[in-house]
Amino acid sequence: MEPFTVHTGVGVPLRRSNVDTDQIIPAVYLKRVTRTGFEDGLFAAWRTDEHFVLNQDAFRDGSVLVAGPDFGTGSSREHAVWALMNYGFRVVISSRFADIFRGNSGKQGLLAAECEQSDVEQLWKILENEPGTEVTVDLREKTVSAKDFTASFRIDDYTRWRLLEGLDDIALTLRYADDIAAFEGSRPSYKPTTTAVADA
Amino acid sequence: MTATGRTLAEKVWDAHVVRRGDGAEPDILYIDLHLVHEVTSPQAFDGLRLAGRPVRRPDLTIATEDHNVPTTWTLDPSRKSADIEAIEDPVSRTQVSTLRKNCEEFGVRLHPMGDAEQGIVHVIGPQLGLTQPGMTVVCGDSHTSTHGAFGAMAFGIGTSEVEHVLATQTLPLRPFKTMAVNVTGKLRPGVTAKDIILAVIAKIGTGGGQGYVLEYRGEAIESLSMEARMTICNMSIEAGARAGMIAPDETTFEYLKGRPHAPRGADWDEAVAAWRALATDDDAEFDTEVEINADELTPFVTWGTNPGQGLPLGESVPDPEQIADETARYSAEKALAYMDLKPGTPLRDIAVDTVFLGSCTNGRIEDLRAAAEVLSGHKVADGVRMLVVPGSMRVRQLAEEEGLDKVFLDAGAEWRQAGCSMCLGMNPDQLEPGERSASTSNRNFEGRQGKGGRTHLVSPLVAAATAVRGTLSSPEDLLAGSDH
Ligand code: SF4
Repeated sequence: MEPFTVHTGVGVPLRRSNVDTDQIIPAVYLKRVTRTGFEDGLFAAWRTDEHFVLNQDAFRDGSVLVAGPDFGTGSSREHAVWALMNYGFRVVISSRFADIFRGNSGKQGLLAAECEQSDVEQLWKILENEPGTEVTVDLREKTVSAKDFTASFRIDDYTRWRLLEGLDDIALTLRYADDIAAFEGSRPSYKPTTTAVADA
Repeated sequence: MTATGRTLAEKVWDAHVVRRGDGAEPDILYIDLHLVHEVTSPQAFDGLRLAGRPVRRPDLTIATEDHNVPTTWTLDPSRKSADIEAIEDPVSRTQVSTLRKNCEEFGVRLHPMGDAEQGIVHVIGPQLGLTQPGMTVVCGDSHTSTHGAFGAMAFGIGTSEVEHVLATQTLPLRPFKTMAVNVTGKLRPGVTAKDIILAVIAKIGTGGGQGYVLEYRGEAIESLSMEARMTICNMSIEAGARAGMIAPDETTFEYLKGRPHAPRGADWDEAVAAWRALATDDDAEFDTEVEINADELTPFVTWGTNPGQGLPLGESVPDPEQIADETARYSAEKALAYMDLKPGTPLRDIAVDTVFLGSCTNGRIEDLRAAAEVLSGHKVADGVRMLVVPGSMRVRQLAEEEGLDKVFLDAGAEWRQAGCSMCLGMNPDQLEPGERSASTSNRNFEGRQGKGGRTHLVSPLVAAATAVRGTLSSPEDLLAGSDH
């Protein structure tokens, strides 16, 4: 996973609260067998509406989603994070995230930045007044800014560190590859392997 | 060294810690065996591919096709596996063909549909002798707890953890709490492991085991066969537990000895010595304990839509009005509406359309033998269909060698190929809306066996007797001469 320090991209105002994972990516898309290509399912129901924000040219290539409170509630599906990232989002800003969604985001490299609702409203205004405005998200400073507006956001230290370093769960564990190898060297010889054995 | 003794679960955990977490970080636990199937693995393999990572230990990994496979195919004798075209549903077929491609690409041993060792992931591990005492076993499937019957620490994981294990052969985890389930006394004839576990779940509730590893102990457990122990550990998850375990003993060693992957020669002796030392120390303390008296148990069946909603077969559908706890009352009301049952109806009067004998709970050879013995000389009741789905191709072959297939076919039951089948209805074996089954599987959730289908969980003995009488029954009811 790529390290995240500062990201600048078009902000997308999503004036909705309680955006659940079923709205982010409907269940019919879950039958797939890949980790990529979920962008077509992102907000699938809403995207049939030509006025939906992502159907407007100025926002189409957005990468910073600014949403209402309680983003990512519902099922624990990781596909919700994949869909947002596959589409091109690197950051979601909201005043409140569902715990599991926040956890899944940190693991996959999507920044879930928690701002005050008043700051979210301010961002919405800026983005709606001038569609296509870029938002800069600085993870080192924990700030978001657009035009001359700047606000701070919250993120837990552990997740912030992981994102800055670009460490997914597996990379975290692989820091201890030597310990794993040492452990493997000490396993008893009677432990089975799945390598095919000759019939007894 | 700690001052007090340790439980079985703690011993297995301690023996697998690659690196102790320092409070903030979890422990990193080594995984001895990783079982893989087609439903929860595709994105894990895809994740490896995207990150350019290999499978660290393909030699500790084994895959099978089970959830999606149809049970009606026929094998062209010139080939080793069944034609993938036998899978009609395109989504199911894609999952299976993706597993085949992934196993090929990453070098993982796979038993495809039709292969002599193919079957439900939790049936083939023990059968091959891959599941052994003191191991850590994981699979992207909640019923991985089955393998705990051998004194292994076995638990289900999600797709991202599957990827983690494939890449590192470890998992970052925090220790589980421990609960002793003491089953005292002796089971009466006709009462089985399934009845014990249904009674345990009814007692502690579907959330009662949350965060715990259950250790089943006591005289009644010690006298059970390995297959019966697997039935019990299998359903630990239905009590909300992470895992279920039983200390290994002579029964365990006997089951394992000579299996394809069991240790041999000097390795065997060393292994048995280590396995004997796994039992919970006398002075070990569990975080909590519960008691069940096996003497008092009778055949158990579920009436509701979660596995905790069960009662002895001799009782009647409960009246929600009489349930004091508000949440339990509400859930009982909802369950009875879905199940279309009236309070006060004797459970024995409930008529079924379908009987399903199979699954990783009760699809092993002993289960088929028990059911066949009850069915022998009887016919499946008019209007009832009985599906017999062996848990693995090996079980199927053994059953045929013993002539059990004849017993089932003579009785009018259907004799199928191996797989998960109607346990979850991902393949074409499903209930129609409104249909009712007596099923030896483990989950009676709404729609589990098909949209609108109604499920009563039962033991293989009750399943067979129910097939004969058409209403929920125990083998004793057949002796009474009351079959059609
Ligand atoms: S038999 Fe049922 S519970 Fe067991 S692995 Fe298959 S679907 Fe899951």
